Amino acid sequence: MLRFTLRRILQIIPTVVVVALLIFVIFSVVPGTFAASLFADGKRAADPQMIARLNEEFGLNKPLMERFVTYVTDLAQFDLGTSFRTRQPVIDLIHDRMWASLKLAIAAMVFALVIGVPLGFLAAMRPGSVLDTVTMIGAVSGLSMPQFWLGLLMMYLFALQLNWLPSFGYGNGSFQNLILPAITLGVTPLALLARTTRAGVLDVLNADFIRTAHSKGMSEIKVVRWHVARNALVLIVTTVGLQFGSLIGQAVVIEKLFAWPGIGSLLVDSVAIRDIPVVQGTILVIVLWFLVINTAVDLIYAAIDPRIKQE
Amino acid sequence: MLKKLTLAAMLSLGVATGALAAGERSGGTLVFTAPYGSSFATLDVQASPNTQEEFITQAIHRGLYSWDSVQNKPVLELATSEDISADGTVRTYHLRKNAVFHNGKPLTADDIIYSYKRIANPKNAFSGASFIAVIKGADDYIAGKAEEISGLKKIDDHTLEITYTGPINPGFPLMQNTTVIYPSNVEDETSFAKTPVGLGAFIFKEHVPGSQVVVEKFGKYYEEGKPYLDRINIVLMGEDAARDVAFRNKEIDVSILGPTQYQAYQGEDGLKDHLLEVAEVYTRNIGFNPAFEPFKDKRVRQAINHAINAPLIIERLVKNKAYPASGWLPISSPAFDKEQAAYAFDPEKAKALLAEAGYADGFEFEVTASPNESWGVPIVEAILPMLKKVGITVKPKPVESSALGDAVTSNTFQAFIWSNLSGPDPLNALRCFHSKTLQSACNYTSYASPEFDKLYEAAQQERDPAKQSDLLRQANNIVQDDAPVWFFNYNKAVMAYQPWIHGLVPNAMELAIQPYDDIWIDETAPARQ
Repeated sequence: MLRFTLRRILQIIPTVVVVALLIFVIFSVVPGTFAASLFADGKRAADPQMIARLNEEFGLNKPLMERFVTYVTDLAQFDLGTSFRTRQPVIDLIHDRMWASLKLAIAAMVFALVIGVPLGFLAAMRPGSVLDTVTMIGAVSGLSMPQFWLGLLMMYLFALQLNWLPSFGYGNGSFQNLILPAITLGVTPLALLARTTRAGVLDVLNADFIRTAHSKGMSEIKVVRWHVARNALVLIVTTVGLQFGSLIGQAVVIEKLFAWPGIGSLLVDSVAIRDIPVVQGTILVIVLWFLVINTAVDLIYAAIDPRIKQE
Repeated sequence: MLKKLTLAAMLSLGVATGALAAGERSGGTLVFTAPYGSSFATLDVQASPNTQEEFITQAIHRGLYSWDSVQNKPVLELATSEDISADGTVRTYHLRKNAVFHNGKPLTADDIIYSYKRIANPKNAFSGASFIAVIKGADDYIAGKAEEISGLKKIDDHTLEITYTGPINPGFPLMQNTTVIYPSNVEDETSFAKTPVGLGAFIFKEHVPGSQVVVEKFGKYYEEGKPYLDRINIVLMGEDAARDVAFRNKEIDVSILGPTQYQAYQGEDGLKDHLLEVAEVYTRNIGFNPAFEPFKDKRVRQAINHAINAPLIIERLVKNKAYPASGWLPISSPAFDKEQAAYAFDPEKAKALLAEAGYADGFEFEVTASPNESWGVPIVEAILPMLKKVGITVKPKPVESSALGDAVTSNTFQAFIWSNLSGPDPLNALRCFHSKTLQSACNYTSYASPEFDKLYEAAQQERDPAKQSDLLRQANNIVQDDAPVWFFNYNKAVMAYQPWIHGLVPNAMELAIQPYDDIWIDETAPARQ
């Protein structure tokens, strides 16, 4: 198990290196600079001297290779650089936003798990029933609904019409402010989990060993608990892992809509003004988050199903 | 037509100032929105030229000058009076004796000298250095050739003499967000980015990155009886749709409206009576690059101005949230010529002008455009069929905002569509058409006219404001005739406010920025206030 764990962790390193290289190359060739973005709204006249001073200060006049070497050297020392805009270390900016993003992702995932998995399970246990049909219609709707539109709908219903919840903001981290963005973000993984769980459970229910368990006189509850749930779990954990890993990236739209102070909105702002160190740092953190979650899933996977570890 | 529009603009100002009412009441929390992004870059506002940070500046800081939205000009803020030398280059400021920083330090001339040196310090590379450059000796200091700014001289604690590079109005550069005054007794300058200390009516309380800044009433503010509010939550809300829901839900007290919302709010009882409108100081335009052969000919540029039905686009696409442009200087500019007619929509005249210029069969050109709904790709798409009718084919070249700035300042465009600052100072606005102004500075269309230069240079030397305005008005009309751009519109900014909010002003510089110390909340406000 230790070798398996180490192997999985070591696999993260080349992925991060490739991603870092890609981000650097992409943002070196896309048009637009931070200095130019300062007057992009046309609210002030361009100042060539200021542009020259800023480009000099941020080392943007240096050759591409030299900048790349500096970037990689800093990265190897876990230094994500300094923001052009705030002139603060990128790591501090990410740190300021990370907890809000994690909170949102965790809340959305909990919401998806608590509702999606039982619904999928129950739908699979009674295929073709009203519950099954309603669950699957709901799941397809959840998957196909644009998050931005759904968020606006939630705001309109729960804030404006019912006046139950605040429509936006972080509210000093209060639970009330978390509900609407978390539900909006959680709907897609919920729908996916419900569908995956249903498919996984149905697959297991039709397996030979379940028929054998029934024929041996095992009670329905025991069959579900010892055989169905455990075998379906592998598929559910995979889906949870993939969804949880990508939630922080997906949260960009939700964070912007609900004025939620996560790293998604930090990333969008930074791309718009070409604050390259922040863009690079934020994307790296999102990628790292995805990789860590996936590695964790692989490890859980191995614990659930020993065959994977042997492979 | 133009007189009607000017009247409409003035009426808007009237409506706006109607928000100022008697019977000010103290107390309450104002929930103000900062709509230009989802974060504050820094709380060290001297370091940031962004509009988003101006929301903080207005609450916490003060500069030597400030913008008076009612008088529509810069006024002295931290000085009670000034003496001006005969040649207009030296000004002696008598500073307020009752102005105190939030850390308890009284304002002195040292603080102003310290602040201006910090802004101009080449090691900091602050964008505000270009504003300090109007002070004599600042250029050498910025270039690292001098230890001091020679034009700054402390007479005593409360008297400061500043020598400027010419007989300019220093109010415009020294009222900027990036030229506010910091206390000179803070040892760790990096602390300004986390815990700002200023002279403003509100003291910094809390910053939740990406969410909000909270400020509270400063008891020692120099304006007696002000501010009225106990607290302001400046919340970040970049999304129009979300702001709309929050405003209707009474969670926020003000909201800046886009064209679609403006149209919707105008049709709704309870909302339409609480709209503050102002003609802002921006001119939306399509700039033509004379390096592109057809644009070398003035008749081609004039033809484009005649071929496009700007009022129709303003009505249908911009939902009347703009005033048609009749030249470069906007309605709120003191040098605006209300007698000057805009280019009439006349496709036949456009065709004739094109034929005269040798382009009877038309030509094709590319417009570099950002996605902005009011001055970007949607507008280019709207002019496309109009120009096609006179034989000109337009191809939009969509780019991001920061890439637009790059393309324009590096002169790598055939035409661009943008919204550019055109006020409030007409001298500064028309500088962008002076032949000595670099293309990469703001002479984006590489405009050069000896006739214009002569008038502009005369205006630079003129001390009488009325005569100066007259010269600039004439210069502006030359630009209009030469048509280096397609004159599209002047922005009309619209702010919706809750009925219990008073003291908002029609700030033509930027409507979203309001003088918080004048704002008060009446007794009809909901319990949260």
